[in-house]
Amino acid sequence: MMFDPPGPRGRRRSRIASAVAVVVVLALVLVAVRRFDAAGQLEVAKWRPFLTWPVWRYLLTGLWATVLAAAMIFLLAAVAGLALAFGRMSSFPWPFKAYIEVVRTIPVLLLIYVVLFVLPAYGLDLPLFWKLVLPLAVSHAAQFAEVFRAGVLAVDRGQGEAGASLGLTHAQNMRLVVLPQAVRHVLPSLVSQTVGLLKDTALGYVVSYLELLQSGRVLANFNHLLIQTFLVVGLVYLVVNASLSKLARHLEARGARSAR
Amino acid sequence: MSHLPDLVGGFLTTLALVALSAAGAFALGVVVVVLRVGPLRVLRAVGTGYVETFQNIPLLVWLVLFVFGLPEVGVRFPLFTTAVVVISLYEAAYVAEALRSGVNTVAQGQGEAARALGLTFGQTLRHVVVPQAARRVVQPLGNIGIALTMNTSLAAVAGVVELTASANRVNLVEALPIPIFVGAGLCYALLAAGIGGLAGVLERRLAT
Repeated sequence: MMFDPPGPRGRRRSRIASAVAVVVVLALVLVAVRRFDAAGQLEVAKWRPFLTWPVWRYLLTGLWATVLAAAMIFLLAAVAGLALAFGRMSSFPWPFKAYIEVVRTIPVLLLIYVVLFVLPAYGLDLPLFWKLVLPLAVSHAAQFAEVFRAGVLAVDRGQGEAGASLGLTHAQNMRLVVLPQAVRHVLPSLVSQTVGLLKDTALGYVVSYLELLQSGRVLANFNHLLIQTFLVVGLVYLVVNASLSKLARHLEARGARSAR
Repeated sequence: MSHLPDLVGGFLTTLALVALSAAGAFALGVVVVVLRVGPLRVLRAVGTGYVETFQNIPLLVWLVLFVFGLPEVGVRFPLFTTAVVVISLYEAAYVAEALRSGVNTVAQGQGEAARALGLTFGQTLRHVVVPQAARRVVQPLGNIGIALTMNTSLAAVAGVVELTASANRVNLVEALPIPIFVGAGLCYALLAAGIGGLAGVLERRLAT
């Protein structure tokens, strides 16, 4: 809060400013809508297909493929990320550190192009699903590693020391004492990481794996309703990811409360 | 390798994309964050809506919508301009969030003290909050800059011949995948290192 509760004059002023803001926003929306209307993009006939079940069945099949790919990427990247995080915290950290730092500075699309156009030249032609999953897992593993490392470092030192003084081996100590607490710390980051991962699966558009966006493209080629189709696809992404983001904020708030 | 100029051209396009989108994203991000922490509820809602919309829909969807959708309603821009606009709009949401968490790290008492001295919202921001928040947002902004650099490669999908696209094209002709793709990767790493270094310098400069 960087402002006083407004007095009568301030309230009047803020009412006026709010009204002006609403008018400006509405005017912008109106201009956009008129533009769309003038181009005939608002005709009911162009939107009606999106009230029918076959179209939604097709898009939801695409969404399911998105979820499958995201789940596989999550699994691979989480396992590899955990290994990388422990590698980086070991007494021999540099290869793990190098992997994390290098991968962070290479665009995923470049990795995808390597899988699409370079590996086949060497006789390795992966199925479509893996052409999408593998590069994304390689890239997200580095990000998961940093999330896990932050989580382990956030666990109070005394916890590990207490475990050691109870006679737990290093592995037992990690597994029974440190990791469970670390995972609780990083749960919100893991969920927001998942949002990023889900968004990256849209690269299925490039490898022509039929996830949500690629399904939208196929649909748009079929029904010639490009704007409508991609707006609906965007809306589906928005609903799914906004729910996940909300979950992340909820977990964060709960974590902050229980830490007190 | 006779196609080296193509790769250099791609690199320069990427450089231009990064510079222009970073400038656009920063300017727009500042506007959005002022809306989000400001006193007007309507504008706060607009700011929140903006951030939620752009953070939760993939950049590729935005690119496809703007590049292929806008011409259908009669709005035509050069491809490069469209790419810069879309990347700026998208990354502005992340810039706004980074700036907001920077503002939130400034102790609440600071804002209250400024108010007690009779400073207005604008004055509080300018003289009290921004100078303290600036140092803390440099690193997060640097990370966004690196992510933005990686994201400019998506413009290749929309048809902009930047570094990734030109690497791919040259490889199709020359069939030297390893030097070409490793080279392209090194260029991106170099750009990212440059941004990281810049953030480091800026952070030390703002420390005093």
